[in-house]
Amino acid sequence: MRIKRLRTVAALSAVVALALSACGGSDESPSDGSTGAKNEFNAALTGVVSPSDKKGGTIKMANADDWDTLDPGETYYGYAWNFARLYGRSLLMFKPAPGKESNVLVPDLAESLGVPSDGGKTWTYKIRKGVKYDDGTEVKAQDVKHAVLRSTDKETFPNGPAYFEAFLNLPAGYKGPYKSKGVNTDSAITTPDDHTIVFHLKNGFGGFDYLAQLTQTMPVPEAKDDGAKYRNHIVSSGPYKFENVQPGKSFALARNDQWDQATDPNRKALPDRYEVALKVSADDIDNQVINGTIDIDVQGTGVQPASLSKVLTDPALKASSDNATIARLWYTSINPTVKPFDNIECRKAIEYGMDKTSYQTAYGGPFSGGDLATTIMPPLVPGYEKFDLYPAGPDNKGDQAKAKEALTACGQPNGFSTNMAYRSDRPREKATAEAFQQALKPLGINLTLKGYPSGDYFSQYAGNPGFVVKNGLGLATNGWGADWNDGFGFLSQIVDSRVIRPAGGSSNTSVRIPEVDKMLDAAIAETDTAKREKLWAPIDKRVMEEAVIYPGVYAKSLLLRPKNLSNVFISEAFNMYDYLSLGVK
Amino acid sequence: MPGTVITYIVRRLIAAIGLLIIVSAITFSIFYLVPRWAGASPETLANRYVGRAATEETVKLTAERLGLYDPIAVQYWNWAKGVVVGAEYDYGAGVERCPAPCLGYSFITKQPVWPELLDRIPVTLSLAAGASILWLVFGVAIGVLSALRRGSIFDRAAMTVALAGVSLPIFFTGLISLAFFSYRLGWTKPGGTFVPLTDNPVLWAQALILPWITLAFLFSAQYARLTRAGMLETMNEDFIRTARAKGLKERNVVVQHGLRGALTPILTIFGLDVGLLLGGAVLTEKTFSLPGLGKYAVDGIVANDLPKILGVTLVAAVFIVLANLIVDLLYAVVDPRVRAK
Repeated sequence: MRIKRLRTVAALSAVVALALSACGGSDESPSDGSTGAKNEFNAALTGVVSPSDKKGGTIKMANADDWDTLDPGETYYGYAWNFARLYGRSLLMFKPAPGKESNVLVPDLAESLGVPSDGGKTWTYKIRKGVKYDDGTEVKAQDVKHAVLRSTDKETFPNGPAYFEAFLNLPAGYKGPYKSKGVNTDSAITTPDDHTIVFHLKNGFGGFDYLAQLTQTMPVPEAKDDGAKYRNHIVSSGPYKFENVQPGKSFALARNDQWDQATDPNRKALPDRYEVALKVSADDIDNQVINGTIDIDVQGTGVQPASLSKVLTDPALKASSDNATIARLWYTSINPTVKPFDNIECRKAIEYGMDKTSYQTAYGGPFSGGDLATTIMPPLVPGYEKFDLYPAGPDNKGDQAKAKEALTACGQPNGFSTNMAYRSDRPREKATAEAFQQALKPLGINLTLKGYPSGDYFSQYAGNPGFVVKNGLGLATNGWGADWNDGFGFLSQIVDSRVIRPAGGSSNTSVRIPEVDKMLDAAIAETDTAKREKLWAPIDKRVMEEAVIYPGVYAKSLLLRPKNLSNVFISEAFNMYDYLSLGVK
Repeated sequence: MPGTVITYIVRRLIAAIGLLIIVSAITFSIFYLVPRWAGASPETLANRYVGRAATEETVKLTAERLGLYDPIAVQYWNWAKGVVVGAEYDYGAGVERCPAPCLGYSFITKQPVWPELLDRIPVTLSLAAGASILWLVFGVAIGVLSALRRGSIFDRAAMTVALAGVSLPIFFTGLISLAFFSYRLGWTKPGGTFVPLTDNPVLWAQALILPWITLAFLFSAQYARLTRAGMLETMNEDFIRTARAKGLKERNVVVQHGLRGALTPILTIFGLDVGLLLGGAVLTEKTFSLPGLGKYAVDGIVANDLPKILGVTLVAAVFIVLANLIVDLLYAVVDPRVRAK
C-alpha cells in the first residue's frame, strides 16, 4: 500500500519533471544507455540510476561534523555503518539493492545466515575461507570473536551499541579483553575452528542475525588492536584501506589489493579512491554537491532548509533529487509522571486536540518534513500495521469535540496548565512546541514552552526522570530512528520501561507499561521471522492505547543525487544512497 | 635602557602565567560548577559522553574514567599537573604517556588535544596574518585619504562602504562571495580546501584569499573610520600648522606628523583584534570550512568537550597576552612621547 502510493507520487513527479524539462529544452537523457532508472525525481528510490561497471575514479564525500569514530566496534551512526562496509566485512549485511530488497539480510563474511539452535540461544556462523586483511593475513573466526568482545568494553567504547553485552552469556563481571585479559569467554562465544564462530546467548533471541550485521562483528586482529587508538589505524578486511587519516579533518580510502572479489558476492568496488572531508559547513556542502565539486553529503540526512526551496523550484535540480522516507518518527512524549497526565483522559485530550498538520508544517511540510503519523512504528519497518486510535478529524486538524470529552472525563473541563520541553537549538522542535501551544489553547490547555540544549536534552533535562517531575515537563518533543529496520531495532529503546535510567539519558521518557515489557520479551524470543514480525504491531497499539506518545511525522529527507556518479540508488536499510555500490561515471 | 625593557618583558610574562592560571580555573569551574548548581550529578555529566543505548554501568564507568567523582579542585589539579609535567592516559589496551604540555584527551574523540591544537594554529595564523595585513593597509589608507579629502565624493563613498562593511556579518558576506567567486565564476577555491603554506604557497593563498578579503572587509571598515577620525583630529593640531610653517612637504606633514599621531590608538586596537583573531575567527572559519582554532573551539563547546575548550582558551589567552605585549613595545617606536617617559 505504502509502496504503491510512493510509486504514484514518483510517476506524477516524473511527468511534471519531464514536462518542465521539455519546456526548458534541456532534455537530458541518461548517458549510460537505456537500462536503469531515468534521471528523474525519486528515481533512485526504486531503481538504479546510471548503472555501470566502469572502474576507476575518485568519489568525494563531505561531512558537516566529525565522524563519531571509524572504529567498527564503536561507531553508531547509520551513515557510518553504510560507509564502514567499504573497509570492513561484518558477518552479515543488508543487501546492496534498491527499494524493499535492501531490507534483506545476506551473508558477507559468513557463508550463510546464522543457524539457530537451542530455541534461539545458540547461533552458529561459518566464515568464508580466503578473506584477507590489507596486510595479507587471513581473517579467522577468532578475530571476529575478539572484535565482538572488545566492543563490550564500555569503559573504552562508551558510545557504541550495547546489544552484544545485553544478549551474550558473558562471565559475570567481564570487562572486555583488555581489562579481563585471560578470562575464559567460551560461555559467550566459541570458535571450534578457524572458520566457525558460535554465539551463546542468555535467552533466546530470534533476531540475532540483525546483530550479526552490526559493524561490531567486523574482524579486528588482536595483535593490531590498541583500544581507543585503533580508530586511527584500522586494519581493513574490505576492498578499501585507510590512507592519510587526519582525525577531525579528513581521510581517504585506497584499494586494498588483498581483497579478493571471489570471496565477496556483494561488493563491486568500482572507484579507486574515496576522499572524505570532515567538518565542512553544511550549507557549503549543499552548494558543492549541486556544483559537482563534492559528490555526496555523507551524512545522508537531506539538504539544509536553505537549499530546500532552491531544489524544489528548479526542475533540473529536482529531477536529480530523491525524497526518501526514513525509518524515523518525530514524536512528542506525554509524561504520565507529571500531573494531570497521570490521568489517561488528560493524555487523550492531547492526542485528540493537537492539529496534526501543524506538526508536519513545523517539520518543513510533506517534502522535507514527512508524512502524518498515527503509529509509533514507521511504515518502513517490517511488521508495521496502519491504525489510528485517535482520529484527528477529517482535515487532520484535531478533533475538538473528542478532546473536550476527554478533558471532562479527566475532571479538567476548563483545561489546565503544563510545560513543554523542546531542543532549543532545533528550529523544527521549537516550531512543534509552538504548534502544540496554539492548537491546545482553544481547549484551555496552556503550555509554557521550555527550550533546552540538545547536547544535554536527554541526559539532564527531558530524559532525566527527576528533572521531568520537578519541572513539570508534561510534554517533550522527541524523535527516534531505528538502529535497523526491525521492530526490535525500532521499539526497544523507546517503549521498554527498563531502559529508563534514574540518572537520565534515555530517549524513553514516558512509556512505563509492564505489559509492553513482557510483550517485547516474547517477541524477542521468537525465532521465526514471519511470526516475530507479527508481534510488533500489537506492542505499538498497546503503547498508543495508553496515550503516552503523540506520533507527529514519519520523517522524510530530500537527497541530492550525485551527478558524476554511477550505480546510484537508495538503500532502505540506511535511508540514504548505498555507498557500497557507487562508481564514477 | 635595554635592561629595563627586558625586566619589563619578564615582568609581563610572569603576570601572563598568573593570568593563564586564572583563565583556565574560571573555564574549568564554569564547565563543572554551573551544571552542578543546576543539580547535575557526576552521572548526569557522564551521560554526555556515552552512546544513546548506554546502560547505567557504562555511565558509571565513564564518570570514573573522566574523574568526575573527584572534587572539582582535585580534577583541576590533575589537569594542571598534566600541563606542567605530563600525564598518563589509559586507552583500553594499555597506558600511554602524554608528555608535557599535556592538555588532556578529548572526552569524545579520545585524541590528545595538544597535537590537534598545534595542527590548527597554522590555519588560524595564516588567516589572521593575511587578513590583518590587508585590513591594516586598506583601512588606514582609506581613512587617511578620506580625512584629507573630507566631504569629497571619495570620502562619502568610502565611509558608506565602510558602514556597510561594519554592519554586514561574515556569514553573509562570506556565503555571498563563496557563491559568486567560487561557484559562479570559479576564480577561487571552494570552502574546506586549506593547504599548508609549506606544502604549496600558491594553493595556500588561493584557498585563503576569499576568507582574507571577507574578514578584511569587516575590519578595514572599522579601521578606516577610526583612522579618519584620528587624522581629522591630529591634522587640526598646532604642531601640524608648525610643521607646515617650517615649509615641510605636505606628504611629510601627513605621514610623519599627522599619521604618526593618529596611529597610537589604531595600534592598540590592532593588537587586541589580532590577538582575538588568533584565538579563532569562529564565523570565518565556520563559513569557509577552515580547520582552525575557532572551529575547534566551537566543536568543543557544542560537544561539551572540556579538554578542547580549555586548550583553545589557553592558546587564545597566550596570543592575546603576546599581541598586547608587542603592541606596548611598539608604542615606544611609534610615539616619541612614550619613549621619553
